Amino acid sequence: MNFKLNKIIPQLATLLAVILVFGFLTYNAQVNMDNRGIEFGFGFLSQESSFDVQFSLIDYDGSHSYARAYLVGLLNTLLVAFIGIILSTILGVIVGIARLSPNYLIERTAAFYVEFFRNIPLLLQIFFWYFAALRALPLPQDTEPMFGVFFLTIKGLFVPRFVWENLDIFFYSIIAAIISIVVIKNYARKLQESQGKQVPVFSISVGLFIILPLLTFLIGGVSLNFSIPELEQMSTTSFKYKGGLGIPPELIALTLALGLYTATFIAECVRAGIQGISKGQKEAAASIGLTPRQILKLVVMPQALRIIIPPTTNQYLNLTKNSSLAAAIAYPDLVLIFAGTALMQTGRAIEIVSITMLTYLSISLSISVLMNWYNKKIAIKEK
Amino acid sequence: MNKLNFLKPDIDNLNTYLYSGIFLIFIAILDVSFNSFLKTNITNFLPNSISFILPLILGAIGFHLIRIEFSGIKNLDLLNKNINTNTFNAVLTLLIIFAIIKSIPPFLSWFFIDATISGDTKEACTGTGACWTYIKIWLNRFIYGMYPNELQWRINISFIALIGLAFIGLLPSEKVKKFLTLYYVVIYPIIAFILIYYLISGGSLGLEWVETGAWGGLSLTFIVSFFCLIFCFPIGMFLALGRRSDLPTVRYISIGFIEFWRGVPLITVLFMSSVMFPMFLPEDFFMDKLVRVIIAISLFEAAYVAEVIRGGLQALPRGQYDAAKSLGMGYWKMYIFVILPQALKLVIPGIANTFLALVKDTPLIFVVGLLEIVGMLNLAKTNPKWLGYAMEGYVFAAIIFWIICYAMSKYSYNLEIKYKTDR
Repeated sequence: MNFKLNKIIPQLATLLAVILVFGFLTYNAQVNMDNRGIEFGFGFLSQESSFDVQFSLIDYDGSHSYARAYLVGLLNTLLVAFIGIILSTILGVIVGIARLSPNYLIERTAAFYVEFFRNIPLLLQIFFWYFAALRALPLPQDTEPMFGVFFLTIKGLFVPRFVWENLDIFFYSIIAAIISIVVIKNYARKLQESQGKQVPVFSISVGLFIILPLLTFLIGGVSLNFSIPELEQMSTTSFKYKGGLGIPPELIALTLALGLYTATFIAECVRAGIQGISKGQKEAAASIGLTPRQILKLVVMPQALRIIIPPTTNQYLNLTKNSSLAAAIAYPDLVLIFAGTALMQTGRAIEIVSITMLTYLSISLSISVLMNWYNKKIAIKEK
Repeated sequence: MNKLNFLKPDIDNLNTYLYSGIFLIFIAILDVSFNSFLKTNITNFLPNSISFILPLILGAIGFHLIRIEFSGIKNLDLLNKNINTNTFNAVLTLLIIFAIIKSIPPFLSWFFIDATISGDTKEACTGTGACWTYIKIWLNRFIYGMYPNELQWRINISFIALIGLAFIGLLPSEKVKKFLTLYYVVIYPIIAFILIYYLISGGSLGLEWVETGAWGGLSLTFIVSFFCLIFCFPIGMFLALGRRSDLPTVRYISIGFIEFWRGVPLITVLFMSSVMFPMFLPEDFFMDKLVRVIIAISLFEAAYVAEVIRGGLQALPRGQYDAAKSLGMGYWKMYIFVILPQALKLVIPGIANTFLALVKDTPLIFVVGLLEIVGMLNLAKTNPKWLGYAMEGYVFAAIIFWIICYAMSKYSYNLEIKYKTDR
C-alpha cells in the first residue's frame, strides 16, 4: 500500500502543477484577448494578405491569401535547407576525409577550416557574407560574365534557365530508368546468391540512366533550350537582367553560410565514423581476398555509415532550424513572411507563432521518427 | 622496366636526385613567391597558360625526384612519409603551399600594412586596407552598448567582482571544500544576480536606473550567456532525471517538454517570448524583455543539456545503480552521491558543446530588439557617418567570438582529461 502511494503522489503532484500552470496561462490569454476584442481562430488564413514577397517559388502576389503566403514561406525555407544540405554534405565529406589524410598539410588545413568556421556564430557568418562579402561584388553593368553565361553581381547570381518542351515525358523516362535499375539490381543479387554469377550492375545502371532519357530527346519530342540572361538598360543608371534565372544575394549568402558552418560538424561526424572502424575489420577483409574497392564498399562503408548517419541527420535538422536566421537578412522564409509580416498585419500572435512552431516541430519530429526506424533497421542484429 | 624507373632515386645515386629535386621545388616556390610578393612574373617569356601551371609541374617533378622509400636521412624520410607519399599527395601539398603564399600578401596588407588606426573620423581612412579607426571609435559602444558613458564603471566593477568571486574555488582549505558545489550552484548565482540587479540596473541605493534596453554590446553577450548557463544546467538535469524516471506521468511530461524545445528553432522561441508570451501573463504583470529572453534561452538550452545528461546516465552500468540501492540509499541520495557525479564526468564534452552553442546563439536576441555585439555592429554600420565599414566590424566580432569559443572548447578538453578516471 505504502509502496504504491510512493509512486502515485509524485505523479499526481507533477500533473497538477502542469495543469495549473497551463490553466493559469490559458485563463490569462482568454482575459487578455477579451480585453482587446480578439477572437481566437484561424479564419484569418483565408483573408487577402495584401503584401508582396520578393522571391517566391510559386505564383504569389498581394491578392492571395495568408495561407498561400505561409506556403510560399515554407517552400522558401525548404529550398534553403535543401541547397544547404547538399552543399554541407559535399564539403563535410571532403573535409572529414581530409582530416584523416596521411598528408600533414592537408590534415592541418582541414582542421583549421573546422576550428575556424565552427567557433564563429552562424548569424555573424550570414551577416558577413551578405553585408560585407557580397556587397563588394560589381554592379550589373560592370560585370564580366563567367564562361559567358554566368553573371555574379551585387544584385545576385544570374544563370541560364532551362526551357523545356514535353518535360513530362522526360520525367517519365527517368522514373522508368530508376524502376528498371531496381529490378536489375534485385535480379543480379538473386543470380549471385543462387549461381554465384556476377552481373556488372553499375555500368548497366549508368547506361540505362543515360540512354533512356536520351531516347526521349530523339524520338519523344523533348527539347531543351537555354534562356541566357541579358543585360538590359532600364534607364541611364538602372540596369536589369532579362531572361535567365536570378538567384537573389540573400539566398546565396544564406546557403553559403549554412553550408560552410554545418559542413564543419558533418566533417567531424564523418571522421568519427571512419575512425570508428577498427583496423582488424579491414585486415580481415583483405585476408579473405577482397580487393581494396570491395573492402571499402562491402566492409568499411556499411559499418561507417551506421555511425555517421544518425549524427549527420541531426545536423541536417539543425541546418533546417538554423535556416530561420534568414529573417535577419530579409530572405523571405517562413519566419520572415509568416511570423514577421503576417503577424504584424493581423496581430494574431498566438495563432501565427504556434503555426510556425508546429511547422518546424513536425519537420523535426517526422525526421526523428524516420531516423529511429532507420536506426532499428541497420542496427547490428545479434543472434 | 628500368626505363620506367629512371627517375626513381635509389640509395646509391640519392644525392644527385636530392639536389635536382630540391632545386626544382625551390624554383617552383620562388616563382610563386615572386608572383605573390613582388607582383612580377619571372616566367613571363612563356605563354600564359604554361606560365600559370609551370610551378605546379616543376614542383611535382621535384617531389617525384626525392620520393624514396627509405633513405636514412631523418628529415627526408619524415618529409616523404608526411607530405609526399604519392604524386596526388605531392600535388595537393604544392597547391596548399602555393595557396598560403598567395594569400599572405593580401591578408597582411588588408590587416596591417595598408590599414589605418589613427584619427577619429572616416576621413582618416585613406588606405586600401582595413579602417580600424572605425573599431577604435565605436569600441565603447561595441562593449557597453547604449549604456551611459559616465556610468560604465558600474559594469566594469560588477564584472571584475564576478570574475574574482569565480576564482574562490581555487584557494579553499579542505574545510570549506565540501561547500564549493553549494557555492557555485546556489550562492554564486545569487550574488551575481544581486550585483547585476543593484549595480548594473540601478534604481536604488542612490544609483541611477538604467533600463535594459540601453544595455548592449559585449557586456550584454556575457550577461545573457552567464545567466542562461547557470539556469539551463539545473533545469536540464531535472529534465534528464524526469525522462529516466519510472513514473509514467513524469516521464511523458519530460519527453514532451524536451522534444518540443528541441524541435523548434531558437528564433521562433524568441518570437514567442516577445510577442506571444505577454498575452499569457496577467494584465498588470510586467516582465522585462531581458528577463523574458533569458528565460526563453534557458528553457531552450535546458532541453539540449537534458539530452546530453541522459546520454551520460544511460552510459553508466546498471551495477552502479544496484550497488547504491543495496547500500540502502534512496532515490535522491543515489543520484546525488553516486550516479550524477559519474554521469556528469562522462558528458563534459557534450555539455561544453551545448554551452558553446549557447554563446554562439546569443546574437539572436536582436529579434526582440536587444543589441549585443553583433546587433551593435549592424547599428553602427547604418550610421551615415561611417557607411561602408561592415567588413571591419564583422571581422572584429568574429575574432572576439572565435577567441571565446576556442578557449571554452580547449578548457573543456582539459577538464575532460583532468576528470578522466580509468575503470
